[in-house]
Amino acid sequence: MTPKAAHDPDYNLGYLDEQTKRMIRRALLKAVAIPGYQVPFASREMPLAYGWGTGGMQVTAAVLGPDDVLKVIDQGADDTTNAVSIRRFFARVTGVRTTERTVEATVIQTRHRIPEQALTEGQIIVYQVPQPEPLRKLEPRETETRRMHALADYGLMHVKLYEDIARHGRITLSYDYPVLVNGRYVMAPSPIPSFDNPKMHHSPALQLFGAGREKRIYAIPPYTEVRSLDFEDHPFHPWRASNCCDLCGAADSYLDEVVTDDRGGRMFVCSDTDWCADRREAGHRGRLAGHALATPRADDPA
Amino acid sequence: MSSVDGLSPGFTAPVEDQQACFRAVLEATSRPGTIVTLAGPTRPPAPLGGAMAAVALTLVDADTPLWLDDAIMAGAAPSWLRFHCGCRLVADPSSAVFAFAADAAALPPLSRFFAGTDEYPDRGATIVVAVAALGEGHRLTLTGPGIAGTAMIATTGLQKGFAAMRAANHRLFPRGVDVILVAGNRLVSLPRSTTVSSPEG
Repeated sequence: MTPKAAHDPDYNLGYLDEQTKRMIRRALLKAVAIPGYQVPFASREMPLAYGWGTGGMQVTAAVLGPDDVLKVIDQGADDTTNAVSIRRFFARVTGVRTTERTVEATVIQTRHRIPEQALTEGQIIVYQVPQPEPLRKLEPRETETRRMHALADYGLMHVKLYEDIARHGRITLSYDYPVLVNGRYVMAPSPIPSFDNPKMHHSPALQLFGAGREKRIYAIPPYTEVRSLDFEDHPFHPWRASNCCDLCGAADSYLDEVVTDDRGGRMFVCSDTDWCADRREAGHRGRLAGHALATPRADDPA
Repeated sequence: MSSVDGLSPGFTAPVEDQQACFRAVLEATSRPGTIVTLAGPTRPPAPLGGAMAAVALTLVDADTPLWLDDAIMAGAAPSWLRFHCGCRLVADPSSAVFAFAADAAALPPLSRFFAGTDEYPDRGATIVVAVAALGEGHRLTLTGPGIAGTAMIATTGLQKGFAAMRAANHRLFPRGVDVILVAGNRLVSLPRSTTVSSPEG
């Protein structure tokens, strides 16, 4: 964990001005009160382009305080460009402690993964969302999708899932798999793998979603029913590569496939780098243990 | 700190205090029934309690018309709220985004506040009600999102028909108003998604 520091005095705490934070905070409270409903908000320009996590960053900026410990992941990894940049940004504009360890974090901003380590009460997970509207690919008009949500008219989504089954024999969505929140709103879980969907159901942590370009905030309070849409005869099936992690040997984590040469060589590694490092430290070894990818954590002093 | 025309100060450190207060309200709203304690301004004008004043300083501004009940309108609080929040005060409850009531017994029916529309239920009002005590008195049972199983809160000073009024509000879901109960520096949130029942009738 990095130490707490003073924030850059050239910026307001958390980069955003106070009125913007108030506006986002009001939207967040309404989002929590209406689980799964997309609250419009006046998304601001952030010092990086839309599509790089501006929605999640605005939510994080409105939430983060001096006692928080921030973790940022991008597809499960703490050490990729987007994650490192956002973590450094908040270290600079808020002075908060940052960490790569899921268990130490109070606020986790994520792009497209939920950590393997089960989240706990008191933790807040902030999702970066590119397209908050689960019905958008089926109906391009915002006025129509808003009416469909108002009437809980989700027939179109069920038709889409049915057509998948009719054409391919199964529901082919492997990420951004739509969920029904609290029995009322169909919601896009952001492009997390369907493997992560079950972790949203009755999670003890508060889940907040920010879509900067599309200007929407939504939320799932703790202990809320989150059901992946399916049919009785075609139940929801979270997808996962049927391999073990080549570094730590985990057989139950979500895996990334890494091409290692131009002769068809490949390896599977945990997408959650913190989870994988923890397991290696505990002595678990996979097929390619000791590979160059198995570097120690960046925040380790050693 | 000296005051101008009897106006007492707001937060000592506005940026940090607003953040801390927001996190407490967020915690309360995401876990209905949880009582949180807010660090309010030192000397809020009567009848505003610490938590009610803190909520005003944290969430109310020029974008949110504010309705006040007669008990608050009578004192120095309206000018304090106008000065520190820069908000517009409205006499019609249905046009308010926030509503503050210091006299829980005289709270107008919740149906008089704006409950949002089917397309935009988030526009429903937030109503902050001061009660005599939280944690003792008449018990209410809560179920719904944010609650593992059931939660229980006890309040003193809510009017007798509150549970029925709140149930009618819940039937509007996803439309509805969100209620926040405060007593001194303590706060508990009853978002519209929460089912409130009164085991004692």
